[in-house]
Amino acid sequence: MFGWEFPPVYSGGLGTACYGLTKGLSKNSCKVTFVMPTGPIVHHDHVDVIVADKVSLENVKFTKVPSLLLPYLTSGGYDQRYRKLLQKQNASEGHGSLYGKDMMAEVWRFSEIARLIAATEDHDVIHAHDWMTYEAGIKAKKESGKPLVCHIHATEFDRSGFGGVNQYVYDIERKGLHAADKVIAVSNYTKGIVAKHYGVPEHKIEVVHNAVEFTDFPDLKDKQEDEKMVLFLGRITLQKGPDYFIEAAKKVLEHDPKVKFVVAGSGDMMGRMIERSAELGIANKVLFSGFLKGDDIDRAYKMADLYVLPSVSEPFGITPLEAMRNGTPCLISKTSGVSEVVTHCLKVDFWDVDEMANKILGVLHYGLLHKSLQENGSSEVKKFNWEIPARKCMDVYRQVMSESKIAG
Amino acid sequence: MVSLCFYFQVHQPFRLRKYSVFEIGKNSDYFDHSKNREVMQKVAKKCYLPANKLMMDLIKQHKGNFKISYSISGVALDQFKKYAPEVLLSFKELADTGCVEFLAETYYHSLSYLFSKDEFKQQVMQHTKKIKALFGQTPRVFRNTELIFNNELAKFVEDLGYEGILAEGADHILGWRSPNFVYRPVSCSKIKLLLKNYKLSDDVAFRFSNKGWNEHPLTAEKFNKWLSAANGNGVSVNLFMDYETFGEHQWEDTGIFQFLRALPNEFLKHPDNNFKTVSEVIDNNEPVSDLDIHNFVSWADIERDLSAWLGNKLQNSASSELYAFEQVIKNGNDPQLLEDWRKLTTSDHFYYMCIKWFNDGDVHKYFNPYDTPYDGFITFMNVLNDFVYRVNQTSVNQADVLAQTCTNQGQVMTHIENPSSLIKPI
Repeated sequence: MFGWEFPPVYSGGLGTACYGLTKGLSKNSCKVTFVMPTGPIVHHDHVDVIVADKVSLENVKFTKVPSLLLPYLTSGGYDQRYRKLLQKQNASEGHGSLYGKDMMAEVWRFSEIARLIAATEDHDVIHAHDWMTYEAGIKAKKESGKPLVCHIHATEFDRSGFGGVNQYVYDIERKGLHAADKVIAVSNYTKGIVAKHYGVPEHKIEVVHNAVEFTDFPDLKDKQEDEKMVLFLGRITLQKGPDYFIEAAKKVLEHDPKVKFVVAGSGDMMGRMIERSAELGIANKVLFSGFLKGDDIDRAYKMADLYVLPSVSEPFGITPLEAMRNGTPCLISKTSGVSEVVTHCLKVDFWDVDEMANKILGVLHYGLLHKSLQENGSSEVKKFNWEIPARKCMDVYRQVMSESKIAG
Repeated sequence: MVSLCFYFQVHQPFRLRKYSVFEIGKNSDYFDHSKNREVMQKVAKKCYLPANKLMMDLIKQHKGNFKISYSISGVALDQFKKYAPEVLLSFKELADTGCVEFLAETYYHSLSYLFSKDEFKQQVMQHTKKIKALFGQTPRVFRNTELIFNNELAKFVEDLGYEGILAEGADHILGWRSPNFVYRPVSCSKIKLLLKNYKLSDDVAFRFSNKGWNEHPLTAEKFNKWLSAANGNGVSVNLFMDYETFGEHQWEDTGIFQFLRALPNEFLKHPDNNFKTVSEVIDNNEPVSDLDIHNFVSWADIERDLSAWLGNKLQNSASSELYAFEQVIKNGNDPQLLEDWRKLTTSDHFYYMCIKWFNDGDVHKYFNPYDTPYDGFITFMNVLNDFVYRVNQTSVNQADVLAQTCTNQGQVMTHIENPSSLIKPI
């Protein structure tokens, strides 16, 4: 399995998904070798020691490949990071020449190492997660002749909000999806994009919805605070629709000034969002908490009276499940994969700011609505267990294995 | 001798539009005129018009030996007038044949009996008056919303002067007894009770086009055999169903219209068989026994109880909040407000808030204007909050009364301040 991030070090939903999926696969007695390009720099918020290999999961073995790749990096960002790394490494060990100069070179380098791993590691199926590992998957398949499954968690169209698609990335995605024996999409919504924008035949695409790690039962006590809190949690970037959240906040505050809005996360639009809140005169009501991790995430969900996912284009969206796990009602964008599978939540078109505000106020003012969403949501979320998507993946593995036997 | 008694429910609610919290106090037009028009005209084209034409053909063909009964809600009649007058005309033509009976019900197809007997009585009277005015008949038999029924209700309706009443022939109330006889509710001395033969009714209404059903396809011949089995074990097979079964729940291409066209022919082949309206069944048969139904039954969902409308906290709260307005609105002098309030009593608004998703959810989605049941609740509660404004306008003193009535769960925001005055400059 080729991926690029894995808890405890990760920056988005992909790491969470890979962790849950491998755990589910391991419970189904499927042995996974997870290959990821983790280098010394993992995330700009916390350049921690990489402990991926210390996570002990039965049947999952980790192989680290040094790399600069990060899932949500732009080319410009990569260049900066590369220079920084070079400086650092020249100062200490001088291994800088090991690394490629740009993203495309990095993808290529990762794929070369993948080829070596495919030659040495015993495996039946190659499973690649998202575009940066597709080239690795293709080369591994060439090396070992084993079938390739390309899993798509987000397309370039989602990341760019259907504008300004990066042609390089698109081409890699397209190449990988066409080279794959089978494609796994995280929702019907994503399946539609893959079929429409990448020309992949629908019968080749299986939909496997994500799940959520279940920890403990939420405490459903009513909060007594007079001031309500509405939460946004995710990367502050075009795809996630933070701007719609801020505009809705303005509408809500016009109607009820006793509400606080928390924006948790970081991203390229953060500065703009802070400015916009000031412009709207609600800067004292919108708090930017920065990137949260670990227990802080669950704490934020628990503090919130409502979690809002206003994404412009969300292939799946695990965060609403995390919110529900914490007993927090959700308002989610209709252009999301998660809205296909969750019933006990509110749904809205991301662009319909008035309706978003209307629903936020509904949950905050109609106590019974909050309570019903909380109770029904936290019981519904229990059915989103990672063993289910893992079993669906294994069905896909069996299928491609038997097809490749017939072909071979 | 066995009779076949067809009774069809005809109903369309005034659906609410997406009424936002920001409109409270500013706009009191709650209903989705274009959606209601669209649904009415669609169903008229697919069901009401072709089905009425077929009924007329059958009445003519069988020279008065084919008979049917309808209950048409007042809100459906209002919408026919507004959006599809040709449907109303065709019902009038059917009424003129003398082979068609119209039943009484609450004008607004409401759950009012459960909340206010006073309002219930007013809605029933309003409906009966309307039927008399439109079709020249005074209804003798009562059918409550979605066959909601119990002993007490039967007694109340008997006291209103009705001679017959309909209910679901659910297994748990019938036990070993057959739904094909006339009964008397234990609480009553005059009124007669007709029970829906749910097995045979649902064969047509729900299973007709189900290819997974081992009796599919259902032919008139086969169905007639099942009907005839009642001969000697009952006086009347009561087939009660939504009129929308014909052409809407079961589409035209399933062959539902051909089935209905062929059925009277098959059934009347046997000289002992005949069709009867509900009043004729009652006039020609005495009750075989008392029937004790003290818990509410209905024809909805698997549960056959009230849980389709009053099965969760949101439904219970929304309905009790609504009825909390009854007195204060009636004491005021705003006929438009009263009319809007009554349109909100229509049971469908609560049906849309049902969250028994996994079993019956599909049925609830039928013409459901909302994405989720929660949306239905938000819209409904926003409208109730607008009522607060309107009540305050009609009478200053009413506000105090309202403050006392609307205390249930604190759901209605009785005190909404001018928002602009609350925005603090940074």
